[in-house]
Amino acid sequence: MDAAVAGREAEAPWVGRALPRKEDAALLTGKGRYADDMPVPAGTLVAHILRSPHAHAIIRNIDAARALSLPGVKAVLTGEDIRKVSDPFLVAVKEPLPQWSLAVERVRFVGEPVALIVASDRYIAEDAAEKIDVDYEPLPAVIDPRAAVAVGAPLVHPDVKSNEVATRSFTYGDPKKAFAEADHVVALEVEYPRNSFTPMECFVVVADYRAAEQTFDVLSNFQGPFSAHPVMARALRIPGNRLRLRTPQDSGGSFGIKLSVFPFIVLMGLASRAVGRPVKWVEDRLEHLLAASSGPNRVSKIEAAVMKDGRITALRMDNLEDYGAFLRAPMPGPLYRMHGANTGAYDIHHLEVTNRIALTNKAPACLIRGFGGPQLYLAVERLVQRIAVELNLEHIDVIRRNLIPAGVFPYKTAAGALYDSGDYPRAVEGAIGDGRLEALKKRRDEVRARGGIYGIGFAAVVEPAMSNMGYLSTLLPAAVRERVGDKNGAVSLATVNVDPLGAVTVTADSAVQGQGHATVLSQIVADQLGLTPDDIVVNLEIDTQKDQWSIASGTYSSRFSPGTAVAAHLAAERIRNKLLRIAAKQLNILPDDVELADGKARSRTNPDNALSFGRVAGTAHWSPVMLPEGVEPGLRETATWCPPELEPPSKDDRINTSLTYGFIFDMCGIEIDPVTFQVRVDRYISMHDAGRLMNPLLAEGQMKGAFVQGLATALYEEFVYDERGSFLSGSFADYLVPTATEIPPLELMHIETPSPFTPLGAKGLAEGNCMSVPVCIANAVADALSMKDIPLPLSPRRVHALMVGEEAPPPAGLGTAAKQEKPKDGRDITGKGAFEVSAAPSEVWRTLLDPEALKRVIPGCHELILEAPNAYRAEVSLGVGPVRGRFRARVLLSDLDEPHSARLSGSLAGPLGAASGGGVVGLSATEGGTRLVYDYAVTVSGTAAAVGGRLLDGAADIIIRKFFEGLARQVGKEETASPHASARKRSGIIAWLRALFGGRK
Amino acid sequence: MTTLKPGDLARIDLTLNGEAVSGHAEPRMLLADFLREKCGATGVHVGCEHGVCGCCTIVMNGVAVRSCLALAVQAEGAVIETVESLAPDGTLNAMQEAFRKHHALQCGFCTPGILMSLIDLLRRNPKPEREEIVHVVGGHLCRCTGYSNIIDAAMDAINGTAK
Repeated sequence: MDAAVAGREAEAPWVGRALPRKEDAALLTGKGRYADDMPVPAGTLVAHILRSPHAHAIIRNIDAARALSLPGVKAVLTGEDIRKVSDPFLVAVKEPLPQWSLAVERVRFVGEPVALIVASDRYIAEDAAEKIDVDYEPLPAVIDPRAAVAVGAPLVHPDVKSNEVATRSFTYGDPKKAFAEADHVVALEVEYPRNSFTPMECFVVVADYRAAEQTFDVLSNFQGPFSAHPVMARALRIPGNRLRLRTPQDSGGSFGIKLSVFPFIVLMGLASRAVGRPVKWVEDRLEHLLAASSGPNRVSKIEAAVMKDGRITALRMDNLEDYGAFLRAPMPGPLYRMHGANTGAYDIHHLEVTNRIALTNKAPACLIRGFGGPQLYLAVERLVQRIAVELNLEHIDVIRRNLIPAGVFPYKTAAGALYDSGDYPRAVEGAIGDGRLEALKKRRDEVRARGGIYGIGFAAVVEPAMSNMGYLSTLLPAAVRERVGDKNGAVSLATVNVDPLGAVTVTADSAVQGQGHATVLSQIVADQLGLTPDDIVVNLEIDTQKDQWSIASGTYSSRFSPGTAVAAHLAAERIRNKLLRIAAKQLNILPDDVELADGKARSRTNPDNALSFGRVAGTAHWSPVMLPEGVEPGLRETATWCPPELEPPSKDDRINTSLTYGFIFDMCGIEIDPVTFQVRVDRYISMHDAGRLMNPLLAEGQMKGAFVQGLATALYEEFVYDERGSFLSGSFADYLVPTATEIPPLELMHIETPSPFTPLGAKGLAEGNCMSVPVCIANAVADALSMKDIPLPLSPRRVHALMVGEEAPPPAGLGTAAKQEKPKDGRDITGKGAFEVSAAPSEVWRTLLDPEALKRVIPGCHELILEAPNAYRAEVSLGVGPVRGRFRARVLLSDLDEPHSARLSGSLAGPLGAASGGGVVGLSATEGGTRLVYDYAVTVSGTAAAVGGRLLDGAADIIIRKFFEGLARQVGKEETASPHASARKRSGIIAWLRALFGGRK
Repeated sequence: MTTLKPGDLARIDLTLNGEAVSGHAEPRMLLADFLREKCGATGVHVGCEHGVCGCCTIVMNGVAVRSCLALAVQAEGAVIETVESLAPDGTLNAMQEAFRKHHALQCGFCTPGILMSLIDLLRRNPKPEREEIVHVVGGHLCRCTGYSNIIDAAMDAINGTAK
């Protein structure tokens, strides 16, 4: 700012005030404009995606003929169609890891898109999906990253020859020497789970290919980074200016997840071009949980060289990160985003890091709030707690001993981050002070005295914000970087426009997700122009053909406060300086004497000498010739902010990964219920230093939201796969998102050490609690149980296993014959029961072997064809919980012992999943007719498996009941059902219906 | 009783936010889709389509229901209120105003459903205890706010005792 004009404003600035949001009036009245609410061109068609039920399989054939014959179905696209007209997405490593927008040749995870149906409405498109016959050849899958990188593991990408697709090691300082000289070496292995923050609005894409301009015009709730734009353009084989990407005014949350809509933008673009009509796709929740995105799971081995007093002299870590089946751009970001900050909040000079990237047969992992931070701190902060335990020191004292001291900022870390500002000791003492830690300890002692289980946890984390676009270059060795050129920096852009009446509009490169950026930008610009936030209209819709954007645009890595906000400030400052010069001429005073305040330009020394803001602004439009010399006509300024601190990686691989580094210190007390094994957070205190808070109301909103997401990671949320790769947490009844009833109070505290690297002094602040909370709670549980290995999430089942051991298998003899045979993978359903049928066994036997009779008996059977003796092919409709669909079944009858028993085996395949299994039916004569006993074991995969065991058990029960009821009817007599309890405990149809329709209401 | 063949459309007449509206729908069309696509009530948000998240909550015949778990044909003759009814003249009601003041919404996608459940609660019990509010909001998923501001806002709207 020009010092001469930086005078005192008439009123306190807007920036810094806890102002309610501009955005709320629309959102509270149902007038938000989310992507699915936006008008679409006339004639827009709707798309639906058919997805793989297999974790790994060769696609032998796709037959869409029956689907295409349905009225209303316009087209079906497959991987083979896509491959001819598009290129695979660019990836960050050199290995051959091609991914198209539909599976080509093979599927590599459950939920992978296999075919796209375009139809006149969604209901018809979903009907058509059931009529596409995909012939798969299932292959062995690999799920655990440790197993994936072991010798002999099934290969996710055979061309790469290994599932460990990239590895790099880094050494800073002399860790070898530090470890040799250490008094102690403390080591730990931790595993960070797979989860997502599941925005409430799923993905939306409306793609319109304009043939005349050869342009794809796409509206999508994409969140950035816009570095994905060239990736999409390359895949579409077009120059970037032919991909017009627009984002709507509102987006229903993202948390990193909506970057991963980009493959679908390409897919819908291709579909629109193929059918010559606009195509709209709205992802549903089952698809979203199954395959939208997630954070990567990571296995970290970490060890510290420690001196007797608890001082850490070196860290060594080996990170094995699991990105699922593909390396989606910009992966492996989470391994490198934190790279400079690998030593966290501690003054540690020697560091060794090995980063290994594993691929497995799981959905691709990608952006997620925290982005590498939660994984890093789970390792580092758990280790610090272990150091305290092993050296018999207080945990808080080990933290204190190692914190970067005050007064050394800007501080260069071992791996090259330049921490901008901070006072970590003051933040820590502030949090534990005023008796807070003492109160927590007293509480722990009281609970323990009465026999309860209580623990205290701490976590100190550095929260980076505004990523250096060059951090991923660190993935490449320095020699390669030199050849291909280093990436670096991060550009932010914002535009302030003033119209002839003095009305101000702001646009910027932030993609909305609900943070309230429009409100903060209006505060910033109002301060510069002497207006109020209400005077300023902020439009954060992005249009890549018309607006300012760069590859760094979007909302991610907490770049708003240190990035976009600064650009808006700079643009407004330029407008202000221009207005001051125009006003000075009109008021006949010096520019130094002009101030913009209260909607006026006026003399500081003689406030009566004033003009309205609009009048001065109008001059730039109406009287350009009269403007002071050197002042350009018009009032529109676009500012670019690219902080020089974001340098490329150095020759020795040191990288300043982010621009600002906030600090968080968390402290909590937890109690474990000895009966339910539930972890209850008793007290949680979180101290933040995020530099200057531009709007404390919104800042705290971000922190509270991140806190609950961190809590969810610690205690609830996990994407679960079985050994074969079936996905088992595909509904909100299976994937547990915390609700209001699970939330403990959060005590937020703040200190402010303004960043010297941003003109507003603000730092990013929205991700820190996602990083600190999981490990803080894990540390408290470790303290409560005096245990070393603390798995996340700490569900009652896991805590029970920690405290009591794994549940014992049922006593021998309780399992059924079928249960003993059950396959080791998939979602298993087993059961047995018995029916009385009022007909002779021979009559029942005849019905069972008569295709025509069977067709009438099997619930939902459309067609039953005898293919070979005792081998049937059938098409049936089945419903499981919220999903319902058509399946093709093959059933083989064997071990026929007329009229006593028969064995049934077979498989079922459809768009909602696949199943295989078998059972035994036994007939015995009774007084009234026949007693029919059955026993079955079925393994289910795909969507059907993902929606939950409870539902499957109930559904299987009902289907089998219906079958025998039908059978009884078919043999023409009355029957009395007496189904005995199946092998699994259940509470009947009423409970099932409640589970089905009630959710957790 | 009307019998419909596959592909037939049913005519549905209902009262939406005080106005008579009518439209046609296949028997399998969800009420949420009908309200959004045929009636323009885009404040009804679809978040999960399996009855857990609560984004699509409306008040139907005086009871809060998930419109993703009802069929459009079931709403024949019904009186339906959606979030669009809460500020008829553009002035936020006390609950909406409290949400704004307490920053009880971020992305706003879950907000309409939560507001409708709270309105339903207040009609049954004008002075609910904090626990009751937590219980009702506990029927909704929100990923942005962490819930505490929502509870504070509701308490404030009810008796001005929230901080």
